[in-house]
Amino acid sequence: MTSVEPRGFDRRQFLSGIGTGSALLVGSQLSAGTILPGSVLEQTAPTNEPLQPSIWLAIAEDGSVRIWTHRSEMGTGIRTSLPMVVADELGADWDKVTIEQALGDRRYGSQNTDGSRSIRRFYEPMRRAGAAARAMLEQAAAKEWNVDAKQCAAREHAVHGPDGKRLGFGELVAAARELSPPKTEDLTFRKPAERRYVGKDEVRFYDLDDILMGKAKFGADVRPEGMVFAAIWRVPVLGGTIDSFDATAAKAVPGVTEVVELDLFEGPPAFQALGGIAVIGRNTHAATRGRDALEVKWSGGDNAGFSSPAFDAEMQATAQEPGRVVREVGDVDGAMKAAGAKHEAMYTVPFLAHAQMEPLAAVASVTDGKCTVWAPTQNPQAAQGAIAAALGINPKNVEVHVTLLGGGFGRKSKPDFAVEAALLAQKLGKPVRVQWTREDDTRFDYYHSAAAVHVEAGLGDDGMPTAWLQRSVFPPISLTFSPRADMPSAGELGLGFTDLPYPITNIRCEAGRARAKTRIGWMRSVHHVQHAFSECSFVDELAAKAGADPLEYLVKLIGEPRHVDLTGVEYPNQGEPLERYPVDTGRLLRVLKHVAEKANWGRKLPQGKGLGIAAHRSFLGYVATVVEVEVSKAGTVRIPRVDIGIDAGTIVNPDRVRAQLEGAATFGIGIALLGEITFADGAVQQGNYHDFLVPRMPEAPREVHTYLLPNDAPPSGVGETGTPPMAPALCNAIFAATGKRVRRLPIKQHDLSWG
Amino acid sequence: MKITVNGTEHDLGEIDPTTPLLWVLRDELGLTGTRFGCGKGLCGACTVHLGGAPTRSCLLPVQAVTAEITTIEGLSKNGDHPVQESWRELCVPQCGYCQSGQMMTAAALLADGSKPDDEKIDAAMAGNICRCGTYPRIRQAIHRAAGGAK
Repeated sequence: MTSVEPRGFDRRQFLSGIGTGSALLVGSQLSAGTILPGSVLEQTAPTNEPLQPSIWLAIAEDGSVRIWTHRSEMGTGIRTSLPMVVADELGADWDKVTIEQALGDRRYGSQNTDGSRSIRRFYEPMRRAGAAARAMLEQAAAKEWNVDAKQCAAREHAVHGPDGKRLGFGELVAAARELSPPKTEDLTFRKPAERRYVGKDEVRFYDLDDILMGKAKFGADVRPEGMVFAAIWRVPVLGGTIDSFDATAAKAVPGVTEVVELDLFEGPPAFQALGGIAVIGRNTHAATRGRDALEVKWSGGDNAGFSSPAFDAEMQATAQEPGRVVREVGDVDGAMKAAGAKHEAMYTVPFLAHAQMEPLAAVASVTDGKCTVWAPTQNPQAAQGAIAAALGINPKNVEVHVTLLGGGFGRKSKPDFAVEAALLAQKLGKPVRVQWTREDDTRFDYYHSAAAVHVEAGLGDDGMPTAWLQRSVFPPISLTFSPRADMPSAGELGLGFTDLPYPITNIRCEAGRARAKTRIGWMRSVHHVQHAFSECSFVDELAAKAGADPLEYLVKLIGEPRHVDLTGVEYPNQGEPLERYPVDTGRLLRVLKHVAEKANWGRKLPQGKGLGIAAHRSFLGYVATVVEVEVSKAGTVRIPRVDIGIDAGTIVNPDRVRAQLEGAATFGIGIALLGEITFADGAVQQGNYHDFLVPRMPEAPREVHTYLLPNDAPPSGVGETGTPPMAPALCNAIFAATGKRVRRLPIKQHDLSWG
Repeated sequence: MKITVNGTEHDLGEIDPTTPLLWVLRDELGLTGTRFGCGKGLCGACTVHLGGAPTRSCLLPVQAVTAEITTIEGLSKNGDHPVQESWRELCVPQCGYCQSGQMMTAAALLADGSKPDDEKIDAAMAGNICRCGTYPRIRQAIHRAAGGAK
């Protein structure tokens, strides 16, 4: 890599990933050194080499601690939270810790920052990393003092021994460096009472000051020497082709230097660059203006007939017909026939865009067959693989630097935009930044699946369901990777559908076929969006039909605390065993009752105001919410208050968990109230924030009250877990306020006027 | 063409005079704290002060810059503007991308020393989108920076 040191660039954040420091790392642990006799402190010559017991951290002789974080920061605080676990277990002072963003590298394990799994999957590895380094420091001190290591304890950045003995971490580095890292089975861990950081609000998140002073570096803030700027024209319909184009006007734009064709993708879109026509300029404005001045004749091809109204009707029709059975308990058909009363409903959710605030942008440089990329990616290893495939080089010759992400929500797990930058850098032989406009970002997303969910119940004399049938129809994510796919996977159906938590005697869950003509992706909470919406809305409908209080009805429906029996169901459970992470209705009830009480559920409100409630397990965590709504006589919706609580098991960073719940409240309200992507003639009809609407301050909840119900259970997901119950709770609140039931999102298309 | 940003005068040479201020700040002057969000004046991520007034730099051609510009980098020397202090105190940001614009709008709202109520805050801030949903903390931080209760 030559001369790609970006101008005005923070080396600390970007260039000091593993492999670029002075110490050579092999495997996940350094090879063991020789233990010297006598006082290792005296006999070890200072080398200024840090103590680096694993790929996760290094302790320098001045006592400073560097901790590598391999997950991407998109607003969850994960870049702070995982290092907090290391620092706490180590006994480090936080103000002596610096955080390094790791390069994309398989040695870290998965870096795919989605699925709400960073804490879940890496809490224990981070504890082990901290504990291993602590053990080495304690052992080094024990040798120095000639005492048993059990008499030595690391805390507050020093090891403390008998008789008030004390050596700072930095003073022990040289000696500890000679020791072998301990075996995993020999590690000991701090008791909860000994923790300074985990579970507490002692630490402000690492990037806060940089953000407040405008110094935080996102994707478009990287600028290697000699970099040019690119904007790309892409075919509006997926799979469409370019017939011809005229770049005369584009080239006449001041500052435009070149126009370059990029091959259109072939086969499944997957993570490929879409291809198109790139306009290169001396700055972003020139490139974008030039791109807009291209005159392109194009054909939509096979997908040009794709339209939202027809697709929506097709999905609803499919949901009316028997589908593939994915869970069956008892005899639903018999119980339906025997039931005195029945109730049924069809719920629909439109396609949705992520609409993160930072439009996609990536910088790449290709020199001597090696590619260096800077990108706000949630998945640097996927970027590495996709870029290597596109450039025809070995993945080890692709170095992916992860910048901060200006929001992600799943969009930035797909590295198509980074591949574009790499391809252009290879073609042009100089560093390139590809900048997507907001319109590009809205029109070339990997959309949240539109969905239709049909639910019906047979009811007993007490109004409780004796049979529950639900059918979910939506284009699966696998469609993006295999264009013939039309049936959701067990994993997708496990997102709040097959794990219906109620002990109803007769249950059948079915899935139907749907194939969209666009790229489908995962968006915050994924298919829980449609499944929580249908399930939690339907329960509210049943309560209304029974003339019961929605909370009382829901509590009765959930029944006695138990672990839901999913025998015979293909249920991946986020890749975790059900023994460790059961579907525990006791935890669902606990958070439901807690939030209901805090929200003062049942309080009398005038017409036009109402409360709605919903509870849902997702990403192995349990969330309940009460939404208070105010609907004006003209039908304008305002949300004075949201109460939302989570049982996420062990919580590392309470303030960031509260922030995620606050954010999920607004994100979920946005899905319910405003969000809608539609297709006409195969192309997305929306482009910017005036037609793909997201909540602004007046639409967002005025107050969000959050409750954390931690317990000793292993950590669940948090980032996505708050989102699913928001839409049904809001719609249930609107029903309470106005008597109008919204089954079709977004709410904005309904007339909610009353009185 | 010359403009003054954060108290420093810059000679922009032969720049295309229609270039929006946003891209002059980011691409020519390296002041990347001002963010690109929508390019249409819809989201507020690019908000700067033009002669003290909150302005969408993505829509303002540089030739129309007739007063001094302040960006997030110039809001205070040490990050201690009351808005930055209250933002820090309440840990307002999540991803942080929109927050330069949020703080610039809030700072302009509070510049006259008033203590806006919730409605005034909502009205002033409605042009600034935060997709992470930090709105409750933003509102609270504005009250705090204004020296009001809440």
